[in-house]
Amino acid sequence: MLTRAEFEDPNLLALALRRRPLRRSGEFVIVGLLTLCAAISLLTTALITYVLVSEAATFFQEVSFREFFLDTEWQPLFKPVSFGIWELVAGTANVVFWSMVMALPLGLATAIYLSEYAAPRTRRLLKPMLEALAGVPTVVFAYFAINVITLEVLMPALETVGVDLPVFNSFAASLMLAVMILPTIASISEDAMASVPRDLREAAYGLGSTRLEVAWRVVVPAALSGIVASVLLAIARVVGETMIVAIAAGSTPNLTLSPFETIQTMTGFMLQVGLGDARRGTTDYQSLFAVGMMLFMITLLFNVAATLLVRRFREEYE
Amino acid sequence: MAAVRAHVSLRATGAVARRQFVSRVSRYVLLAASLVGIIVLAYLTYDTLNTGASRLSWDFLNSYPSRFAERAGLRSSILGSAWVMGVTVLLAFPVAIGTAIWIEEFAPKNWLVTAVKLNLANLAGVPSIIYGILGLTIFVRFADLGPSIMAGALTLALMIIPMTVIAAEEAIKQVPQSIRDASLAVGATHWQTVRSHVLPEAMPGIMTGIILAISRAAGETAALIMIGAFTFIAFDNTSVKDDFTTVPIQIYNWTIRPSQQGFQVNASAAIIVLMGAVLTLNLLAALIRERFRRE
Amino acid sequence: MDREVPPVPELKVAVPSSMQSGEGGGAIPAMFAATQYLDEEERILKPAEPALFRLSNVNFWYGHKRALADVGLEIPVNKVTALIGPSGCGKSTLIRCLNRMNDLIPGVRVEGLVEYREQDIYAPKIDPVEVRRRIGMVFQKPNPFPKSIYDNVAFGARVNGYKGNMRELVQQSLRQAALLDEVQGDLRKSGLALSGGQQQRLCIARALAVQPDVILMDEPCSALDPIATLKIEDLIRELVKEFTIVIVTHNMQQAARVSDYTAFMLADETGAGSLIEYGHTQEIFTNPKDKRTEDYITGRFG
Repeated sequence: MLTRAEFEDPNLLALALRRRPLRRSGEFVIVGLLTLCAAISLLTTALITYVLVSEAATFFQEVSFREFFLDTEWQPLFKPVSFGIWELVAGTANVVFWSMVMALPLGLATAIYLSEYAAPRTRRLLKPMLEALAGVPTVVFAYFAINVITLEVLMPALETVGVDLPVFNSFAASLMLAVMILPTIASISEDAMASVPRDLREAAYGLGSTRLEVAWRVVVPAALSGIVASVLLAIARVVGETMIVAIAAGSTPNLTLSPFETIQTMTGFMLQVGLGDARRGTTDYQSLFAVGMMLFMITLLFNVAATLLVRRFREEYE
Repeated sequence: MAAVRAHVSLRATGAVARRQFVSRVSRYVLLAASLVGIIVLAYLTYDTLNTGASRLSWDFLNSYPSRFAERAGLRSSILGSAWVMGVTVLLAFPVAIGTAIWIEEFAPKNWLVTAVKLNLANLAGVPSIIYGILGLTIFVRFADLGPSIMAGALTLALMIIPMTVIAAEEAIKQVPQSIRDASLAVGATHWQTVRSHVLPEAMPGIMTGIILAISRAAGETAALIMIGAFTFIAFDNTSVKDDFTTVPIQIYNWTIRPSQQGFQVNASAAIIVLMGAVLTLNLLAALIRERFRRE
Repeated sequence: MDREVPPVPELKVAVPSSMQSGEGGGAIPAMFAATQYLDEEERILKPAEPALFRLSNVNFWYGHKRALADVGLEIPVNKVTALIGPSGCGKSTLIRCLNRMNDLIPGVRVEGLVEYREQDIYAPKIDPVEVRRRIGMVFQKPNPFPKSIYDNVAFGARVNGYKGNMRELVQQSLRQAALLDEVQGDLRKSGLALSGGQQQRLCIARALAVQPDVILMDEPCSALDPIATLKIEDLIRELVKEFTIVIVTHNMQQAARVSDYTAFMLADETGAGSLIEYGHTQEIFTNPKDKRTEDYITGRFG
C-alpha cells in the first residue's frame, strides 16, 4: 500500500510505483509454478504414449503386425505361442455388447423418468441413490458378479433347465458392468434432456401431445447428441474396466459373442500379466504393452468422439 | 347472448384415450426401470451384510493376512490404504489446484489452454490399468521405487489429477466476476485476488471434487495390482518406501480363493469396511456441496 | 369446420338495451358505447356475440401465491380478443388456463369455471390432450423443433394419428400461415434456419396443421422486429375469418390494430391479476370507463 507521503510527493510516488514490478516478479514465480502444474498433465500423456509405444516396439520386433492383427488365436503363455489380438478384442466386444444391451434401455428410461416425469421430491430421492451406485468400487461389483450373480443366482437357475453355465462367464460380468455404467448413461443423458429448452416441450404439449410423446418425439431427439455421448463414455468405461471382467468373465481367450461362455478381455489379459511373474523383455511380458496400446487407442477414440458430441450439443442450446 | 354449443367431446375417446393410457402406463414402466439399478444395489448390500457382518470384529480389523480364513484380517491392508491415500492426496492436491488456477485465471487464451483442457478430459477417461502400466514402467522400474507406497501414490495421483482439476475448474468458474472486480479495483494484483478471494470462495467445490477423487482412488484395484501391490504383507507400514497392500486388493485376493475355504466371508466383511469408507466420503462430499450451494 | 355463427361484420355491435352509455361518452357514437356489460349475478364481462369461452370466478394459484382473482369473461367466437395489461398482471396465466397449459407446472391450482363450448374444461373426465389439440397455442419466443420445416408442421398431425394426405396438409397449413411462398421447395430445411418472423409463422402453421378451433397467442411478436410483426398481424386478421383468436400482448398499438375485443387486466398489491375492463377494442381505447384503463392506455403507468 502507498503511504500518504508517497501520494503527495511525486518523487516518492514514482519510487513507490516502481515497487510494483518487484511484487510482480514474485508473482512471475507463482505463475511459473502454476504453469508447471498444468504441464504435468501434458507430461502424463506424453509418458503414457512413450511407454506404450517404446515397449510395444520391442514386442513388434518379435511378433509381426501380420500375426498380431491377422492371427485368430491369443496364446502367449503356452507353446506354441500365438499372438492374435482378435480373441481379446472379441472378449471386450462381448462384454461391451451385453452390458449395453442391459444398460442402455435402463439408463435411457431412468434419464427420461428423472427429466420428464419425476416430481422434484422423487428426483431428489432417486438421484443420490444413483450417484451412490457410481461410487461403488469395481472390485466390489466383481465380487458380486461371481459370488452372487453366477454362483447363487444364474447357475442354480440354469441348472434346472439343463443348461451348464461355466463359473466364469461373460453374462455375470456384463450384468455388473451394466449396473456400473447405469449412472453414467442416466446422468449425462438426463443433463442433456434437462437442457432441452422448455419452449419445445410446451410447443409439443400445445399441439396435443401426451407426456410420453413429448418425451420420446421431442426431448429425446433434441438431446440425442448428449445421449449418444453418454453411451460412448459408458462404452469407454466398460472397455477399460478390469476387475469385473478379470474376476467374473475368466481368463480363456475366446472368439465369441455368446454371453454364456468363458472369455478374456484385453484388460483381463493385462491384469493376468501384472499378477504373474513374466520377466521384463520376454515376449509375453512385452505383449502387455501391445495390448495396452490397443486398449488406449480404443478408449481414446470413444472419449474423443464423446467430447466432440458434447461440445456440439452445447453449441446447439447455449 | 347464447354460448356456442358443444360440437366436440373433450373427453378422451378413441385414439386419444389409447395414447393417454399408454402415456400413463409409461410412467410406471419408466419408474420401474429407474429402480432396477437401485434394487440390485440394495440386494447386493443385503447379501453382503448377511454374509459378512458376523465376521466383522476388532480381531478381523486388527489381524494380518493368513492362510487360514478365520485368522486372516485387514490390519496391513487398512494401514496400506491409509498410507497410499494420504500420500496420494499430498501429491495430487497442489498439482490439481495449481492446474485449475492456471487454466481459469492465468492461462493465455490460445491453443495451449485448449490443448491442456482437451488433454485433461481425455486423461480422465484413460483406463486405470493403463495408469498401472505407466506406474510399473516409470515409477517401479525406471525410478527404481519398487512396488512401494511411493510408487503406488504417484500412480494414483496421476490417475486422480485430471478429475480433480475438472472439478476445481468448475468451482473456480462459479466464483462471481464481481468478487474479482472488487478485489482488483482496490489495487490487489491478480495473484492476490486469486489467493485471498477466488480460492476461498471456490474451496467447497474444490473439496467436493477432491473427496470424490479420493473415494475413487480408495477403491482402485487394477492400477495397484499392476505395480505389484498384490503381495503378502504381515507388518505395519512405517515409511513410503515400504511394500504395501490395500483393502480392495485384499478383497480381490479373498474373492479369487476357492469358495470352500471360507475366504468369501472375509471378502464380504472387507467389502462392508470399504463400502463404509467410500459411502462416508461420498456423503461428506454431498454435505459440503449442499452446505455451500450457491443459489 | 362446423360453426353455427356467421362472421359478424366488424364494428357492427349489438347494443343490449340494458346498457347506458358511460359518463363522458358524449363524443363517442352510441354504437361503441356499450359493448360490454356485467352480468351482476355471475360477474362475467360479456361481449354481444356468442361466446366460445366462458370464464366465471376463475382463481389461479401458484402454490400459495394467487395469480388470478375472480376473473369472469366471455370470449366471442371468430373474433380476435386481446388481453392487455402491465407485466405480471396475469394475462399469460389467463391465456394458459384456456388450454390447460398450466397443468404442466407442478403445484398450481385452478378454481372456478372455464367453459369451452359449454363444457368445463377442468372437469374430471376432460382430457387435457383433447383440449389442447382443439385449442392451439403460439408462444412468445418462436420455438420450432430442431427438425425440418416439413416435420415441424407435420408433428402435431402425426401424434394425433392424421390419416389424410400429409403433404397436402403441410402445404395447406403453410399457405394459411402465409409462409408457403417463402419456403416452397425447401421444406427439408431445418426450421431453425428461418428468420425469427418466419419461425413464428412456422409455429403458427404447426398449430394450424392440427386443425384447431381456437388459436391462443402469448405475445407472439415480442421477439420480432417491426416488419415481421406487421406480417403476423396481417396474418391474424386473415386467420380470424376461420378461427377464434385470443392474443396476449404488451403492445397496445398491436391490440388496437388486430383485436376486436380487448380485456384490460391489472394485478392488485398481492400480485393477483383481475379483469378491470373488457369491451370492444375501439371503445376501450377511445372511451375507457375505468380510470386505471385510461391511465394505462395513455401511458401514465405500466
